[in-house]
Amino acid sequence: MFRRIDDAVRPAGITIWFEGQSLHAQAGDSLAAALLIHDAGAFRTTPVSGAPRAPYCLMGVCFDCLVEVDGVPNRQACMIEVRDGMQVRRQHGPAGVADDG
Amino acid sequence: MGGTAHDAIVVGGGLVGSAIALGLADAGLSVTLLDEGDVALRASRGNFGLVWVQGKGLPLDGYAPWTRRSSDLWPDFADRLTGETGREIDYQRQGGFHLCLNEEELQARALLIKRLHNQAGPDGYDCRVLDRDDLRQSLPGIGDAVVGGTFCPYDGCVNPLALLQALHAAGQKCGVTYLPGRRVDRIEGSGTCFAVRSGAEIHRADRLVLAAGLANRPLGAWIGLDVPVSPERGQVLVTERAQPWLDLPTTYVRQMKEGSVLLGDSHEDVGFDTGTTVAVTGDIATRALRTFPALAHLRVVRTWGALRVMTPDGCPVYDESDAHPGAYAVSCHSGVTLAAAHANVLAPAIADGSFRNIFAGFTGRRFDVSAH
Amino acid sequence: MDSADVAIIGAGPAGLAAAETLAAAGASVVLLDEQQMPGGQIYRGIEAVQALRRQTLSLLGSDYAAGATLAKALRNAPVDYQPGSMVWDVSRDLVIHYSREGRSQGLHARHLLIASGALERPVPIPGWTLPGVMTVGALQILLKSDGLVPRVPLVLAGSGPLLLLLAVQLLKAGAPPAAIVETVPRRAYRSAARHVPRALQGWRSLMKGRRWIRTLTHAGVPWYRGCTNLRVEGADRATGLAFHHAGRTETIAADVIGLHQGVVPNVQLTRLLDCEHVWDASQRCFRPRLDDWLATTVDGVSVAGDGGGIFGAVAAEWQGRLAGLNIAHRLDRLPSAERDRQAAPMRAALARERTVRPLLDTLYQPPPDVLRPADEVVVCRCEEVSAGRIREAVRLGCSGPNQAKSFLRCGMGPCQGRICGLPVAEIIAETRGVDLDDVGYYRIRPPLKPLPLMELAGLAADNDPAQ
Repeated sequence: MFRRIDDAVRPAGITIWFEGQSLHAQAGDSLAAALLIHDAGAFRTTPVSGAPRAPYCLMGVCFDCLVEVDGVPNRQACMIEVRDGMQVRRQHGPAGVADDG
Repeated sequence: MGGTAHDAIVVGGGLVGSAIALGLADAGLSVTLLDEGDVALRASRGNFGLVWVQGKGLPLDGYAPWTRRSSDLWPDFADRLTGETGREIDYQRQGGFHLCLNEEELQARALLIKRLHNQAGPDGYDCRVLDRDDLRQSLPGIGDAVVGGTFCPYDGCVNPLALLQALHAAGQKCGVTYLPGRRVDRIEGSGTCFAVRSGAEIHRADRLVLAAGLANRPLGAWIGLDVPVSPERGQVLVTERAQPWLDLPTTYVRQMKEGSVLLGDSHEDVGFDTGTTVAVTGDIATRALRTFPALAHLRVVRTWGALRVMTPDGCPVYDESDAHPGAYAVSCHSGVTLAAAHANVLAPAIADGSFRNIFAGFTGRRFDVSAH
Repeated sequence: MDSADVAIIGAGPAGLAAAETLAAAGASVVLLDEQQMPGGQIYRGIEAVQALRRQTLSLLGSDYAAGATLAKALRNAPVDYQPGSMVWDVSRDLVIHYSREGRSQGLHARHLLIASGALERPVPIPGWTLPGVMTVGALQILLKSDGLVPRVPLVLAGSGPLLLLLAVQLLKAGAPPAAIVETVPRRAYRSAARHVPRALQGWRSLMKGRRWIRTLTHAGVPWYRGCTNLRVEGADRATGLAFHHAGRTETIAADVIGLHQGVVPNVQLTRLLDCEHVWDASQRCFRPRLDDWLATTVDGVSVAGDGGGIFGAVAAEWQGRLAGLNIAHRLDRLPSAERDRQAAPMRAALARERTVRPLLDTLYQPPPDVLRPADEVVVCRCEEVSAGRIREAVRLGCSGPNQAKSFLRCGMGPCQGRICGLPVAEIIAETRGVDLDDVGYYRIRPPLKPLPLMELAGLAADNDPAQ
């Protein structure tokens, strides 16, 4: 849905993984921005009705950009910078409580 | 003499007052329920919603059977509330656990349960002491720090906020007039008629029930009752919603039906301060993680302090005024567990005048030094 | 526990200016900010944009570029700047707890300056929770911090200066909106007209506005004025915007819809501290009661910038300096005569900045159906509570937002009422037929943002040896 303005002195390209697919990103991107470039669609589904959601405010207020990052649920994609090799998944409903800790 | 006249006025729209108002309306009385506004102290906000039997009883003789009686009344009471209001209150009665994190705690707990067994007599108490391996059968997620605990099959739980709302809705269906934003300034009693003033309003009735929690102490003075209640703060943490994970409640950790996890609870004597402290919430989090290590990544969304309505022995205090017969004060910190008994037993006794005989054992005069 | 003379929360114009002022006065200053780079939302990404992205810098304009001076001053000042810090509790004795890099810590400050700025006013219209619907501020953040513009059809809808500014910026970036759907009613122009003479004192802002309008008109961006009944179309993502215009229902296809109805003070911190708040009828929001030096009703706590009422970035900077002077004075680092002498020209500048506000506030007053949406519209996005359920709870005796929260869980989700706080209060006030001051607001409790249990437990463990 979004494209980059082609004016930057390009920082290093990195790879992140979204739902098992590799995506190209740039160091310094917010995770939300990196996913929006690649048309990630819904970032999460709500715990109440399962409705799809994607970023609304992008400034850490609305919590609609929640994703699972490296196994940790309910992270705000707009507040996290991408990191090479980051494993990202959609947040489906409420956080899981893993009994193995 | 102006003012609105009713058969009964209940002061306090929390769990205790709302249950009594409902019971009085069931008995055919016209009832007005006076409540505070948006920011009342409201002990139900600090409540875990446990309908709890285990551990309750001592030192007052009648308390254990009274608790058990309410617990037994609860299934029908819950059905009735949901049936009449269409509101789900998430009641269940599949037992509950108390978990101990060291041998000392466990031994003290076992001793308490043993004494309650002896007190209960032939009715039986049915509370079992379990070691860690026993516990893991039902609670596989407990941490190695848990050494053991107790289980009672009569324990259950409910959503306390949904319960409060259902009590209000059921009351209004049965004719209770609910009036929020009415802080009571003054009570006058003459003969068997009471005039309750709130701002410019006067409400009149020939029966008056104080169920105003900590405010029962100042309000009781108007009707010649010394109500020995004081605040005890409990801090509570609630997490974001999680996948269903803990189906049975424990005394310090429970998962609500909608998924949030409640963690508690502290016992602090800090007056009327409903704030929180990082020291205490940190301790509660630590205990919760030692008990259930899998909660580590779950996020706390809110912490708050609520004030329990504490009596000197921790048991309920029920009184009718000698100076003003027809005026009652009902004080306790078990508004959830006792809701069914308050509506189905205590309120009818107020309506038919048998209160004094039935609840003599719960009088606040038990704390009079001269009585001993 | 660490300690400092002053803790400042927020590294936007107010916080940066205050930090500079206080450091110059010799005070020890800790500056906590949730973002990784200084600038706040208004100057977001300024350092990186200035260093690396010249085209973005030029299309964002000179107002944005001005933020570079403030950011540079911070880098040269003896300020303990801690980016990436999420403040989650402040007690009334000014112990601040914050999370940084997955670990929480405490800080005791003698004075606290809250410079946490504004939030975008929520725009609860049917369909506003669908993927593809964003705030105009969010779209501008993508432009500033990540250099992104939409490559699919975009509609900007609502009202306010930021909406027009973003339209101009996207136009310059070669990604103009498919349409602007403006909700300003015709009568608002008439009511606003009486504020024009005063606003002329701040003529620069007016000229800027005129220039934007001319640019957009000249470029032929379709512009629907006086629109009502906005509705986002789509099943599982936004596909268009429907609205009433000139007696007809129009629908414009779009994959991204930017909504805006101005900004409101972020009061989470001042509410947490139980500072007294007042209802601002002209800006249609609550704001903390502040004295001439921007001090709240809680001793030692001040607010600078939009968190105390919406006056914009330039005013925020002056307010930061003003509050800084007074805190320096209270720390015995600046005699009162000197404080007052330095403050005089700042107050004059602040007054000039304020002249345009009555015009903007009147012209861009949010429409009633955004303030108090129809029954079927979701108001609390987190817990999916509709306006109708709030009205129903009020009819059952619920008298304020805190009871509504208890009964409906509105405001109990992860955003903790940031989004639904104002609409819920507005709906309750309307249904009860009373003033907003009588209804009040959510009681805000720690943590200010969701905090992992392990961090809270870890804090207890960290504190243990000291005890």
